[in-house]
Amino acid sequence: MKMTYREAMRQALHDALSADPRVFLMGEDVGKYGGSYAVSKGFLDEFGPERIRDTPLSELAFVGAGIGAALGGMRPIVEVMTVNFSLLALDQIVNTAALYRHMSGGQFSVPVVIRMATGAGRQLAAQHSHSFENWYASVPGIKVVAPATIDDARGMLRQALADPDPVIVFEHALLYNVEGELSDEWRHADIRSAKILRPGRDVTICAYGGTVGKALEAAGELAAEGIEAEVVDLRVLRPLDDATVIASVRKTRRAVLVDEGWRSGSLAAEICARIMEQAFYDLDAPVARVCSEEVPMPYAKHLEDAALPQAAKVVAAVRRITGSGEFPSPAQ
Amino acid sequence: MSQSNDTMAVTVPRELAVALLRDMVRIRRFEERCADLYGKQKIRGFLHLYIGEEAVAVGTIHALRADDAIVATYREHGHALTRGISAGAVMAEMYGKREGCSRGRGGSMHIFDAATRFYGGNAIVGGGLPLAVGLALADKMQDRRRVTAVFFGEGAVAEGAFHESLNLAALWKLPVAFCCENNFYAMGTAVSRSESQTDLCAKAGAFKVPTLKVNGMDVVAVYEAARQVTESVRRGDGPVFVEFQTYRYRAHSMLDPDLYRDKAEVEEWKKRGPIHNLTNRLKASGALTEEDFLALDTEASNEVGAAIAFAEAGTWEPLEDLARDVYTESAR
Repeated sequence: MKMTYREAMRQALHDALSADPRVFLMGEDVGKYGGSYAVSKGFLDEFGPERIRDTPLSELAFVGAGIGAALGGMRPIVEVMTVNFSLLALDQIVNTAALYRHMSGGQFSVPVVIRMATGAGRQLAAQHSHSFENWYASVPGIKVVAPATIDDARGMLRQALADPDPVIVFEHALLYNVEGELSDEWRHADIRSAKILRPGRDVTICAYGGTVGKALEAAGELAAEGIEAEVVDLRVLRPLDDATVIASVRKTRRAVLVDEGWRSGSLAAEICARIMEQAFYDLDAPVARVCSEEVPMPYAKHLEDAALPQAAKVVAAVRRITGSGEFPSPAQ
Repeated sequence: MSQSNDTMAVTVPRELAVALLRDMVRIRRFEERCADLYGKQKIRGFLHLYIGEEAVAVGTIHALRADDAIVATYREHGHALTRGISAGAVMAEMYGKREGCSRGRGGSMHIFDAATRFYGGNAIVGGGLPLAVGLALADKMQDRRRVTAVFFGEGAVAEGAFHESLNLAALWKLPVAFCCENNFYAMGTAVSRSESQTDLCAKAGAFKVPTLKVNGMDVVAVYEAARQVTESVRRGDGPVFVEFQTYRYRAHSMLDPDLYRDKAEVEEWKKRGPIHNLTNRLKASGALTEEDFLALDTEASNEVGAAIAFAEAGTWEPLEDLARDVYTESAR
């Protein structure tokens, strides 16, 4: 069945709200407006204002309230409109949700799901284009997932809700309109493992969220010139599935890491370090990274395009480390 | 500052009045020993003493039911002891022992107890308020007539979390008792140096939350106010804000040289001490003899002595358990 990412996410939420009376959706404009990305359109009429709960623009309070409600026996899904605004709620996510179980000696679990749109690519300029998945993924106590496919948009939420700990779901804003085939695989979506979306023998391209499509596009181009790239969708950003990544790199002996976050301290940097720690002697070339340029995201289209990872940059990076392009430069 | 009321009649039954006195003395003796143990380096980290403010926790918590929830601050030993968490478990926590109520992961600032619905122990000023809103939301959504009492200092009133939480609780008519412990100093900053509006009730009133200003040095007044507040909150009339005017006799923490307060001011407040105030009033009415008081005081000292012995005899959590309870499944 063909559907958009938005529709897959909508069905996942609908299932969750239908299946469990403890589940409710809370956030800015989730109800009367229909969701800022129209994911929850129609839900207010169907489930009512108690369970489709519009909030004031108080990210800190309503995210904290979601955490408290989870402690009080509910299964809240808190929608923070975008990762940019989640910075206003960072204290509750990091200082409360993430620490609560360990700091209380294991007395409390916090089964809250926090959804947020992320990423750039729509000329929304610097304050609306962040990718801070790496920040959240660096914090013990929370889990972080980034569904990039229709199957995962449809299947991951159920697993996130079943998890007793806080789970943050990153939805790249450019994905909502992407259409694709929903396979039966969605029923088996987990929130533990990375997934090989395209097998290959020559190089491993690791991506997540909004860059998965670009990685696949690059792999298609490379195939035309005889380079078989294996594309790994990380899917779960904390805890990272080292095993899948390392097994792929051991096989292909080369890796290009694609990440829409800024390069410094990026998830790509973390994965690179893990490859060094676990597969250094299996490598035939230095690991390469394709990240966002370290500038605030510009508004003008040509500048934004230049700042973001693109399929062409991934292709170029692969060529460099497979010896099919220019000589590898240590700086790039 | 209101006048001394050492001769004012005690308007609650004798048994209750003695119970209030006993808990205040327990806290006082417990914390005096804490200060001593801090000097001996048995207790480390930050230690914030409640000495002088005992009436607020004791009067309020005696008005709560067993299934109500408490969200407290980093100055919460008094609340924990009054709530019925054993002095041994609290002391062992401060020693960092496994027998501590948070297995030694939290220390003085992070006392938790699921059995008595004691949700911390929060060391971020204002951090507990959104959590309390969420606990109350869960109660309301599940039709439970419970109260969530959240304690915070007047310093928290300057935080966004305060304003967001009061608005949300008022908007959704949630069963929260906002208990502001106004001791007039946020660390070293006097309320008049940090607030354009020093009438804290006026701030809460702006959210259409009913307010009450109470002499926090008079445990009977605190208890009676808390009874009134919890009744209204439990009835479903929405949140209430209470300002308890109180004073800490000790510095902000053990590391604070206390250079920002006039010594005469401290001495003036000490004359209104909650323990001798109630003792004098009970004696004046013939409800308490000096022998009664000494017996109660000895009992408190013995309890603290036993708590210290329990903490001394406690064990260190094995290093293998370092990562236990970061996530829920890691406990299994």
